[in-house]
Amino acid sequence: MGLSTGTFHENYAQDMAIFRSTLQWGIVVAFILFLFGCPLFFSDRILTILTMMGIAVISVLGLNILTGYCGQISIGHAGFMAVGGYTSAVLCAKLGVPFWAALPCGALAAGIAGLIFGLPSLKIKGFYLIMATIAAHFIIIWTIIQLHGLTGGADGLPLPRPAIGSISLSSKAHYFYLVMALTCLGTVVAKNIVRTRAGRAFIAIRDNDLAAEVMGISLWSYKLQAFFIGCVYAGVAGSLLIHYYSFASTDQFPFMDSVWYLGMLIVGGMGSTAGAVFGAVALKLLDELVTIVGPVLSAAVAPQAAASLALISHGLIIIIFLIFEPRGLHHRWEMIKAYFRLWPFSHEGSD
Amino acid sequence: MTFFLQLIVTGFAQGMVYALVAIGFVIILKCSEVFNIAQGHFVLIGGYLGYTFLVTLGLPIWAALGMAIASAIVMGLIIERLILRPLLGEPVLAVIMATIALATILGGLATLLWGAEYKAYHGLLPTITLNIGEIGIPSESLIGLIVSILCVAILMLLFRYTKIGLAMRATAEDLQVVQSVGIRATTVYAVSWIIACVVGVIGGILLGGVSGANMDLANIGLKAFAVVLLGGVDSVGGAIVAGIILGMLENVAAGYLDPLLPGGGLAQVFPFIVMIIVLIFRPYGLFGLVRIERV
Repeated sequence: MGLSTGTFHENYAQDMAIFRSTLQWGIVVAFILFLFGCPLFFSDRILTILTMMGIAVISVLGLNILTGYCGQISIGHAGFMAVGGYTSAVLCAKLGVPFWAALPCGALAAGIAGLIFGLPSLKIKGFYLIMATIAAHFIIIWTIIQLHGLTGGADGLPLPRPAIGSISLSSKAHYFYLVMALTCLGTVVAKNIVRTRAGRAFIAIRDNDLAAEVMGISLWSYKLQAFFIGCVYAGVAGSLLIHYYSFASTDQFPFMDSVWYLGMLIVGGMGSTAGAVFGAVALKLLDELVTIVGPVLSAAVAPQAAASLALISHGLIIIIFLIFEPRGLHHRWEMIKAYFRLWPFSHEGSD
Repeated sequence: MTFFLQLIVTGFAQGMVYALVAIGFVIILKCSEVFNIAQGHFVLIGGYLGYTFLVTLGLPIWAALGMAIASAIVMGLIIERLILRPLLGEPVLAVIMATIALATILGGLATLLWGAEYKAYHGLLPTITLNIGEIGIPSESLIGLIVSILCVAILMLLFRYTKIGLAMRATAEDLQVVQSVGIRATTVYAVSWIIACVVGVIGGILLGGVSGANMDLANIGLKAFAVVLLGGVDSVGGAIVAGIILGMLENVAAGYLDPLLPGGGLAQVFPFIVMIIVLIFRPYGLFGLVRIERV
């Protein structure tokens, strides 16, 4: 069960708890303290990176429920982020709705957009669904540009600084706290969603939709639920992204981002909440590495080397993971943990 | 009326370009059930290879074409051996993500080697501008038409009269049976990737010779999927017909509706709207094999 000896579970609640040993609780508390301490020790630049990581984690958590658990592949996730982001942006900028109210509205709007574009998933799957979600991305972005009067179209839309009550979130540290709080909340919620009845239904649909239907799982209802939940996460992430810059623009949601979110899921490991977090953090770190190495390479080789390095490194890392570690970083992490837990034995005995 | 006809003719040209990309896609899909997102990038690489061989190295046309085909064969072999073969039997998502990653790498290579710049070159084919009345016929349409028809003719002969063609058709039908009668499925896959690369690269050179090579050639790849879906994913002929239909529809819709819309740019999104409609109402396309699968 992945626990060290001496951990006893005496009732169901203990057995189902996410954090089951004192050590795990200790790590959680230490991690939260670390997050609180971040703005004290780190520069604004590192805080920005961490904030972006948090936003990516929220987005990938949603994609993980949709793709990793329910098996409905979506390469339109950035499009759904745009729906959420623009909804909250328009509410804030045009109607003067406060930030804390606009954020859930954006999430809801993204969820509804997900329901609409999830409808084809009832008839099609695999490659065809991928194509439908790619189409969804382009149609959403085009619609946003068309609604010029509302969204500012291609010119973008400036927003007031986000604030909750009287607390202004204009400083990087404040926004960092907000994003991290939502990221932690999102992680816990995602972890729990997949352990409910709905979560088990998602897994059944992913593994064999025909068998799931025969067992009495309503594909119609659960596939749409997966789309809704996944896109609500995307909506929250999109809102956070747009309010971070206090400026809404369709350039913040390029098509390749949709692809990279799926890449993060593959690198982290599909169908595990921890994997989604690992993947988002790992690929964002790779991004930072590229922005550091890129200019050096540009100076040494050719001016366009930085741009090509970003593309090639992303492509290579995904292919390498697909071929050599298809179960992702999460699986590797579990194996490392098992190695230390079982040492000096090489594998768990059967009982 | 002239405006309408001009839109139709321009659309025809656009449609032939889509068809060129779509054919390569259909070949790989038919033989190995792999959805190759990178097909548009083969065209991109082809366009830039044409620039290198014709302008930078100054080779004569036929030598350049031969060199480009040789490069395409090497490229197809490398891609199949290094990326696709380790993923044999993996779920559809893994393979599709691998081809997306491949597309990114090819885009990155094109950026690195050619600087993602617009490269114009002429001389492969004369830039023909036919005029019928007031309607100008762009030379892309003629080139696209000729190459597509040639490709389809050669492929049909290949599929019908050669041993490897028979093996390819059999592999498309049933992999297990093919393996049990001793046909090497890996060879079939390698050949299908080589063909797709060659089709893409030739298309790229021809297009590059007319309108120059730039990164937009790769974006055509994404739109070409609407063509593939409309024509039916496993039909080579369907790809051409659907390419023409979609190219014309796109241009007519953009020509008449864009002035009414504030942001414009309908041509950019039109193929995707068609894609969604086709997926909802007729997922197997106009000419595709109807596989009934009820869930």
